[in-house]
Formats: sequence, structure tokens, C-alpha cells
Amino acid sequence: MFRFIMGRVAVMALTFVGVSIIAFSFIRMLPGDPVALLSGERVMSPERHAAISRDLGFDQPIIVQYFDYLRGILHGDFGTSIVTKQPVVEQFFNLFPATLELSICAILFAVLLGIPAGVFAAIKRGSFLDQSIMGTALIGFSMPIFWWGLLLIMLVSNTLHWTPVSGRISLMFFFPPVTGFMLIDSLISGQSGAFKSAVSHLILPTIVLGTIPLAVIARQTRSAMLEVLSEDYVRTARAKGLAPLRVIGIHALRNAMIPVVTTIGLQVGVMLAGAILTETIFSWPGIGKWLVDSVSRRDYAVIQGALLIIAATIMLVNLAVDLLYGLINPRIRH
Amino acid sequence: MKTYKKLIAATALAMLTGGLMAGGAAAKTFVYCSEASPEGFDPGLYTGGNTYDASAHTVYNRLLEFKAGTTETQPGLAESWTISDDGLQYTFKIRPGVKFQTTEFFTPTRELNADDVIFSYERQWKEDSPWNKYVTGTSWEYFAGMGFPELLQSIEKVDDMTVKFTLKRKEAPFLANVAMPFASIMSKEYADKLQAEGKMNQLNQMPLGTGPFSFVAYQQDAVIRFKANPDYWNGKQKIDDLVFAITTDASVRYQKLKAGECHLMPYPNPSDVAAMKADPELKVMEQEGLNVAYLAYNTLIAPFDKVEVRHALNMAINKKAIVDGVFQGLATPAKNPIPPTMWSYNDAIEDDKYDPEAAKKMLADAGVKDLSMKIWAMPVSRPYMLNARRAAELMQSDLAKIGVKAEIVSYEWAEYLNKSKAKDRDGAAILGWTGDNGDPDNFLDTLLGCEAVGGNNRAQWCNKEFDALVKKAKVTTDVAERTKLYEEAQVVFKKEAPWNTLDHSLSIVPMRKGVEGFHQSPLGDFAFDGVDITE
Repeated sequence: MFRFIMGRVAVMALTFVGVSIIAFSFIRMLPGDPVALLSGERVMSPERHAAISRDLGFDQPIIVQYFDYLRGILHGDFGTSIVTKQPVVEQFFNLFPATLELSICAILFAVLLGIPAGVFAAIKRGSFLDQSIMGTALIGFSMPIFWWGLLLIMLVSNTLHWTPVSGRISLMFFFPPVTGFMLIDSLISGQSGAFKSAVSHLILPTIVLGTIPLAVIARQTRSAMLEVLSEDYVRTARAKGLAPLRVIGIHALRNAMIPVVTTIGLQVGVMLAGAILTETIFSWPGIGKWLVDSVSRRDYAVIQGALLIIAATIMLVNLAVDLLYGLINPRIRH
Repeated sequence: MKTYKKLIAATALAMLTGGLMAGGAAAKTFVYCSEASPEGFDPGLYTGGNTYDASAHTVYNRLLEFKAGTTETQPGLAESWTISDDGLQYTFKIRPGVKFQTTEFFTPTRELNADDVIFSYERQWKEDSPWNKYVTGTSWEYFAGMGFPELLQSIEKVDDMTVKFTLKRKEAPFLANVAMPFASIMSKEYADKLQAEGKMNQLNQMPLGTGPFSFVAYQQDAVIRFKANPDYWNGKQKIDDLVFAITTDASVRYQKLKAGECHLMPYPNPSDVAAMKADPELKVMEQEGLNVAYLAYNTLIAPFDKVEVRHALNMAINKKAIVDGVFQGLATPAKNPIPPTMWSYNDAIEDDKYDPEAAKKMLADAGVKDLSMKIWAMPVSRPYMLNARRAAELMQSDLAKIGVKAEIVSYEWAEYLNKSKAKDRDGAAILGWTGDNGDPDNFLDTLLGCEAVGGNNRAQWCNKEFDALVKKAKVTTDVAERTKLYEEAQVVFKKEAPWNTLDHSLSIVPMRKGVEGFHQSPLGDFAFDGVDITE
């Protein structure tokens, strides 16, 4: 097991260097000069342009810039935003808990609904229930996030008045961010109604962000279950007279879970991509929105820093998924 | 980071004990659904309007202020001023008794004086000031952009309450310039404290000034909190707290406004405006924005160097269709290079009439046949031009009617700005301008002056007669005389037609019915000084 982990970590380190090269060079290949953007329609004199470029280190050859950057990263310095003039790491960790909180809720929503839905659809294969679940999953998968979000806001928030439109908590609550997770911070604050407000703000973004993973997980669970249910050992278990629930829940589901866990792991990447839109619709102060703003401002430091930290996060999640396989199926460890 | 957390903790405690939560019903909180996160809180460092709304128009004041809802200046932190006969010396008398805000993070020990004024300018001007490079990549964008480094000779303290600015040349727009956000007056005492503590960055994170609202806290990309400054020299506010709820999507801002989650929002989607006007819970203010969109011909390149060709193309393009198609009517066709809300706007001028037949003939008379040209369409939406590609398509079909083949080109925004400056640029570029200080010089000389060729002057148009008029107006302090000069300059402009002036967009501000005392600014600012809520 130790060798397995070490091997994976070594691959991760190499991937990280690869990502850093890609992030660094690709951003610079984009047309558009971040220094010129600072002044917008107003024209900047060539002298000022040169002076600012020098301050930001853009006058150096790209290879020198890259190694300077890499040296910084080894010291935990991911650079300073060209626009806000604040350290990228500080900004990232201010915003990441919001994205993480939303993503965890969305993945829980997707898993808790998606797996049972897939299992039911598989058991009742070809039935009306199966077709309805799979039809709904297809619609969920095809739904444009932006449209879906606005539709829910109009219906649930503005017509039914069940949830607030956007934000993380009602503006009347104001307390220091301790963990950055609003659900936890609102409980710590001890202010009555704060937790309820945080929950009500989470509902719509969770549904919107969780819809596509939910659909994917439901479909994947169904097909994995169908495959497993036709295996000999399941037939044997049934023939032995085991209770159907036991056959499905223990013998079939456990083996069907392997591809499903892979899918869930892959959904983390999808989730971060979805977070970009979801956060924009719901004014959710997370890293997705931050990244989009930074791309339009050509804020190199933020884009490359954020990309690297996000890539590292996805790699860690994938490592965790690999380890989880080992637990589900000991053969994979070898 | 630690300071930030401490500050929030302290403020939260203060608010709790101060009874915001307990006495919530008594506190009047005004919520503004702002369109973007501020870049920072030092207005000298940035050019974004939303950054100014969150700093210059809330926390700070300037020596002169723009009168609410106008582009006229009035006394601010300077209660009076005199201009020397040669027009080179401006002596400002500082308003006595002005207090800086007392906040959780700073308690001032003295009132505003000349040191604060000198500090606020010198930090942007003098490279030996420790504040000149206090954050990485500092660029004093507006200070440089308005030509202050070349304009200022000296800033001297005459006495504690008097400051004298000496200029290198006469500059009539100077008074309007000192009313701009970049010229906000900071507390030198606060800055000294931050410097001594090694926390200079904090000046850009926790602003402190003399303005109507004091800064409480900023939660990145989410919420900015201010409270009314009880010591404000111009009287206390009617609201207690001001909150900016950052909501980047216009449709969501509208939904929040409808749900009563905010009182006022900027920049609605044009398609939502009719529904907003019909909603009994809302009211909508509108005003012509201080902007212009234009199609700049490259007057250095044939056949656009011929004035008849430029007029012919102007006559071929149906501006009304652009205003309807791109702005859904929320703009007016432009005939002058300055907007109608600006003083010296020459309303007597007649625009080139939309007449494809006459245009075709004029082009033929000028000896131009089978013309192929490029139309440059900006890749981004700006207040003066919401969808340049759509506008370019409409122009393309208009031009086809007179036999001109137009190809639409576009580049990434920074690239677009850069390439469109080139003197050998091929074709006509769509671009525009939003006024900075309400002075006609800021449009006419900045965009059409001879010195701006190869820069802001995208038409590459240098006309001696026009240039002489605007240069003369720049050094004339008498407003009536300046007005006459600018009116004449607009006549020359129209005759020469370096641009097709496209539109002035309307600025639309939807708000809840109960909002009182909000003044729509022609400069596009959102300032909440004097605002009240009655619902």
C-alpha cells in the first residue's frame, strides 16, 4: 500500500510541474496585454507601460519569469494579483471555503439521490419507473446551468418566495468568518436564525450545481448495476435463497460501486467547472467567479495561481479515489 | 489577514453590542446590488467606476465636489479658492473643522489640514514618496492619464489651512480634475500610522477619509459594509448602514431588486427595462449617459482621407436602426462628439441625413468604386456600445446597399485597443468614451486633438482649425468664452466628419419605490449621500 501511495504521489508531482508549465505558457500565449488593460480606453504612454511591466517582472524572458515563479511557489508564494495587489494565496483561501461548501453539498445531493435512483432504475429495468428516472436524468444532464439557475430563482425565489435569490446568508447577519464555511460559522455565531438563513441560501445553488453530477451518477449506477446483476455470482446468491435486498445491497452494489466511485471522482472536476457558472448566478463568492473575473482582466498571477491550486486539489481528490478503490476492491492495490 | 480577521471580529462585536441585531428594526440599512467587486479601496490606483463607488463616493471627499446629479463643481473640502491672474496658481482655503472618520481600526487625533492634501497628491506624484510604490505594480492611472505629472510645478503649504498649487501651463479643466475620484483626500495621520506599523497595504484595504460613510468590512466578492459617518461635515445621513451586495449578473440583480433584497441596482439588461417600468414596486430613473460611441475612419488612409467619402459612408448608415437593434431604444443617435448633457453641446448642428441614394451618388462623385473596407468591432460590451458586433453587422448590410463591401474584424480587447491606435490601421473602428470629469476638453482634445494621433485619436485626424479651437479653450478660464470655442469646434468636426458619431446610451437606474433622495449622476457614479428609504 505504501509503495502504491508513493508511486501515485510521484506521478502527481510530475503532473503538477506539467500543469504549471501549461498554465504559465498558455496564459501568455493568449493575445492581450495585462498592463495595457489597466488603463482601458485611456492610452498609456510607452514609458509608463515599460515602467509598470518592469515592476511586474514582465520585461524578463519568459523562461526567467517561469523559474522565478516556480521558486516563489516552493516558498508558498503564488504571486500577487495585478489588479487587487493582494497575494493570490490569501485571496484563494478567503474564497475556497465557499466553493468547497457548495461543492460538498452538491456532491452529497447528487450521490444521495443519484445512487438510489440508479439502483431502482436497474432493478425495475424497462419499467415506467426506469424510463422516468432515465428520462429525467437525461434532461438534467442536458440542462444549461445558467438557464436552470435563473429558472429556479424565478420560480422558487420570486414566485413561491421559498428561498432567497442569491448570496450566502441574509445581509442582516454579520459575524467574523472563523472556518469560512457558512453553515458552521452561522452555528458558531450563536445568532438566532443565522443557520436557517445559511441553509436556505444553499438550497438553490446546491440543486443547480448538483443536477448534472446527479444525472451522470444515476446513469452510471444503473448501467453498472445492470452489468453486475447479470453476473453468475449474483445468480448464485439468488439461487442460494438470499434475501433480494441483501443480494442487491451487498453483493451487487459493492461491485457496481467501482465505476460509480470513479465517476464521482471525475465529477469533482466537472463540479469546479460548474461552480464557475453557478457562483456567477447566485453571487456566490467562490473561486469560480474569481477565476472568470481574472481571465477577463488578464490577471496572470491569479489565473496561473488559481489553476495550479485547483489542479492540485483535483489531483488530491483523484488520489483519494484511487485509495478508495483499494478499500472497495483489494485486488486493485496490487 | 490577521488584522482583517481582528477587524471583522471587533466590528461584529461592536455591531452586536451596539444593537444592530437587537434593535434591527430601528437601523435603516440601504442595500445596493453593485455590479462587480472593487479592485481595491484606494481610488488613486484604479480606473473602475465600481471601485470609485465603494471608495471615493462613500469614504472620501475631494477639494471640489461634483454637485449631485450634475457635472458642475462646487466647494468640497476646499471652502473657497482663488486663481492668480496668469491662471497658473490655484490657492485653496481648506474647510475648517472637518473630522476624519473614527473607526474600529483608527481614531484620528486631529482635523483635516494642508498636510493631508499635500500627502494625497504627492503620493501619486513624487517618486521619492514612500507611498509612490506602496503596492506591487502601483500605477497611478488617472493621475498620469489626466496629465498631472507634466502639469504640476509645485504644491505648497501656505499655512495649516491653505494650499497653493502652481501649474506649468494654463489648464482650464484643472478644477474639474481635482473633483475626480483619484484626487480623493486621505488622512496623512492614518497613513503615517500604517507606515510606522509596516502595514502600508492596509491603505488599499481599509480606507479612511472624511466622506459620508465609514468603512466597516469587506468580504471578498460578496459584501462591503459601511455605516453613516456621524461626524460628517455636510450633515449626518438619513440611513444608518450602507451595504453593497456584489451581484455580477444583471438578471440576478433584477430578481433581487424584485424580491426586495436590494434597494437599487446599476446596469439592467435593456430587455428587462420595460418590465421594470411596469412593476408597481419599482421606479426607474433614466438619463443620457456622459458617453459617445463612434465609428472612427482612418483619415490618413485612402479613400477615408477624402471628406466626401466619410460623409457618404455616414449617410449610408442608419443610426436609428443601430439604436433600436443594439440598445432596444435605450440610447439616442449621436450627432456631436460630446453628449447632450455636457455644457457647450452644440444643438444647432445638423447630422448627416440617412440617405443611401445620395450616399451612393456622393461616393461615385468622389471617384470611389467597388470599395471594400474593414469594420472593427470591439469584443466587449461597454455602456456606450452594448454589442459592437451586432452594430457592425447592421452597418455592413447598410453599406452593402450602396455597393460597399465591409468585412468585420475583431480582436481580444487589449489587443483591439492597441491595434486600433495604429496610424496605418486598415478600416474604421467602433469605439467610444465615457467622460471622466464632465469637461468638454476630456472628449474633444483627448479624442480628437492632434497630439492624440497614434493614441486616443483613433481617426488619426489632425485638423489645425479644430485643434487651435480646443487648445485655446483649454487655457481660457471664462466659461462663456470656452463654450463658444467648443461650439465652433463641433461645427468643424461635423464638417470634416472624422467619425460617424453613433450613439449616446441612456443610463438606467431601477430602484425600489421607497427610495428617496438618489441623484443620478451624469458621470455614472453611484453615490448614496442623502439617500433615504421610506418603505
